[in-house]
Formats: sequence, C-alpha cells, structure tokens
Amino acid sequence: MSTLFTTIQLLVFPGLLYAFMAGFFMEWVQRKINARLQGRIGPPFYQPFFDFVKLLGKKPIERPPLQGFIMTALPAVSVVATLGAVAILPVLSADIGFPGDVILLVSLIEIGPLLAVLGGFASRSLWGGLGATREAVMTAAYNLPFLTALIALAWNSDLSISLLATTAPWHVRLLAMAAILLCLPAKLHLNPFSISSAEQEIYAGMTTEYDGPRLALWELAHALEWVALTGLFALLSVPLVGAADIWRVLVFIGVSLAVVVLLSVVAASTARLKLAQTARWFWLWGLLLAASALGLSLAGI
Amino acid sequence: MSIFKSLMNTARRKSPWVFHANAGSCNGCDIEFLTCLTPRYDAEQLGIHHEGSPRHADIIVVSGPVTRTTCEALETVYGQVPDPKVVVALGSCPATCNVFAGSPTIVGPLDRVLPVDVYVPGCPPRPDAIIAGLAEAAAILAGDKPRPIHGAADRASSASDGQEA
Repeated sequence: MSTLFTTIQLLVFPGLLYAFMAGFFMEWVQRKINARLQGRIGPPFYQPFFDFVKLLGKKPIERPPLQGFIMTALPAVSVVATLGAVAILPVLSADIGFPGDVILLVSLIEIGPLLAVLGGFASRSLWGGLGATREAVMTAAYNLPFLTALIALAWNSDLSISLLATTAPWHVRLLAMAAILLCLPAKLHLNPFSISSAEQEIYAGMTTEYDGPRLALWELAHALEWVALTGLFALLSVPLVGAADIWRVLVFIGVSLAVVVLLSVVAASTARLKLAQTARWFWLWGLLLAASALGLSLAGI
Repeated sequence: MSIFKSLMNTARRKSPWVFHANAGSCNGCDIEFLTCLTPRYDAEQLGIHHEGSPRHADIIVVSGPVTRTTCEALETVYGQVPDPKVVVALGSCPATCNVFAGSPTIVGPLDRVLPVDVYVPGCPPRPDAIIAGLAEAAAILAGDKPRPIHGAADRASSASDGQEA
C-alpha cells in the first residue's frame, strides 16, 4: 500500500505526469498573459509542448566529447532534481512527509540555479559566462531573504513541510510568505529580475550556446521550476488541516495558478532592473520582511 | 514510429524560431520584420519566436545584398544553426542585389553564399508577406512542402538535410 502510494506520488501526482503538464501549462499562461497585456493574441495553449518536442528533434552541433557530455549532463541533472522537488511536495493527506524534508526540498530547488551557473561557464561562450555570473550574483541576492523566511517558518516545527505552515503564528507566516513571494520572480527569471537570462541584451544568457535537445532540457527544467516554486508557495500559504484529498489537490492547483497569474502580470508591467538595484532590493526590503519574521519567531511572540 | 514522426512534423510546423541576420541591409526590411512581432501582426500566434542566438533557431532570415564583410559571418551563422534549417531571403536585396547590383563591395545575391529556400520579395516587403514567407518556411521544415533544388555547390548540404528529416 505504502509502496503503491509512493509510486503514484512520484509518477502521477504531484510527480512526473502532473509536473510536466502543469509546467507546460504555466509557461503558456505566462506567455499568454504577457501577450494579452501587450494587446496581442498570443500563442495557442500547446505552444510550450511543441517547442519542447521540436527542440528534441533537432540535431545538436558537434562538440568535443567531454564538453558535449557536460552540456548534456548539466541540464539533465537539473530536470531530475527539480522533478524530485515537485514529487516530494506533501499535497495528499496520507503523505505527511518526513522530518527534514524541507531541507531536501530546498537543496533540490537550489540545484537548478547552481547547475545553470555551471552550464553557462561550461558552454565557453562570452554570453553564457556573462549570464552565469549574473545568475550567481542573483542567487546570493535572493537566497538570503528566501532562506531566512524559511528558517523563520521552520523554527518551531521539526523541519517538515506539512508542519511548517501550521505551527508558525499567523503574523510570522504573513511576513515570511511576503518575503518568499518577493523572491519568486527572481528565482523564475521574470521581469523585473530577468537579469541573468536577459533576452536580446546578452542574447540568451546562460543558454546561448545550447542547441536542440540540450536546450529542450533547460526549457523543461525551467517549466518544472515553475511547478515546484508555486507549489511550495501554495502549500505554505494555504495549509489545509484535515481536509479531503480532492480539496487539497484543487486548492494546491488553484493557488499555484493564482501565483502564476500574479507573477505574469507583474512581469508584463515592469521593466528589467540592474544587477546592483536587484541586490539592494532583496537585501533591504526582502531581508527586512524575512528578518522581522525570524525575529518574531525567535522571540516566540 | 509514424506517430512520433507526425508529432515531430507538427511540432516543427507550429514552432518555427527565427534568427535574423543583417547582411548589409538599409534597415528597411529589418524594421518591417520587427513589425511582424508587434500587436498588429503578432507572429507569436503561429509560434514564431525571435531568437537572439542562432543555436536556438530553425529559420535564418537574411536581409541585405550580402556585402564582402558580412559574407564570412553569414557562413558562420549558417553553420551555427542546428539541422533541420531553412534560409529565408528577406526583401529584394538578397534576391537580386536590387540597386546595389554591380557594386565591387557586393558578393550577393544570397544564393551564391547560402542555399535559399524561400524568397520574400519587396523593397521592403509588407509584414503580411514576411509572415506568409515564414509560414512557408515552417511548411518546408515540417515536410509539407518540398525543399527547392539548390545549385551544384549546395547539393551536398541539401542531401544531408534529406537524411535527417
């Protein structure tokens, strides 16, 4: 029973099947909202899926064997790690997770940006290196408030995601969730923090030299990041204690999509900031929210 | 197997990503090309995406009469685009060299340098015509339309295209 349940969780919901479908759908929602707010009609809903299939069918350009291997392995590991992060989200009521799963989740989510930095440098391209440098600085900028907010939530629970949202008092949760929401556009490379993947400014940033299937894997990893991060936000912001599974699933998907819509509207209505402005924004306003949440949590107020 | 092949062909038809190379154009065609991406024409409805890197592209759009300085860069960019790929000649210049014909600084027309698959004539062509040309290029990628026969110099490259498709 337990093995069957875990298998379903990994392969169907919230794992493989749901993560792929939701990832492509969320990318489409973002592109569609962007187009509608610019007065365009925008792409049809199957667009991200066909983009992915088409990229898989392209013949990659010959590279030195080691470089080719590294440039395939990095995005592949990124896909697997992000998929793992989605699969361990405790959505269903029978799954209460395990003590410490929040640490596993955060490390799996952080593997993606780390590999993207390595991938940018591994491509030996000027633009790839530039994008990787920017991504590395961005990671230092947004992870400080993000991790502080998670620590504030986790202080009085035993580091398990399903307890995180319920044990912290509401004012700590409010401040911490605001800090986490602030970090999401930077983690997803959206405006106003689309600095590392700045289209047309540094070509395609980290992925400039990636072609065909290798690029498809990066696109897939990015789609899965959408599902993992919005899903984490949904679980932490609307905890359902004792609710039936169907409600848990519906609320999880609904809140995830609401966050996608919010982030897309913000992205479509803002312009790109500079790197120094972004760092200042996160270390001042982001950290202010997160540190006050941590202070309240430590003081036990 | 045929399901995968038809899925791949549909994906290629629905998702043509474009890289734009300027080979000495006067910018008239370039401005008309960017108009395709604006709200009035909105080429993203057809899945057309303007890419900054040739590694991501399926279609190379070339404007301008291929000057001597851009000739080598064009060949490099053509090599950087992964197969299968299609070359679109944008405007009258890459087709005939237009008013620049006979100039000592011109190598063109474009079909002396790259195997051109689709011509979009005009000086500059209207955005409608450019989108129609890109849709034709996507049809060639998907195998709906045969690829035109190129000159003897390009026969080797078009034969290798046929093997992958």
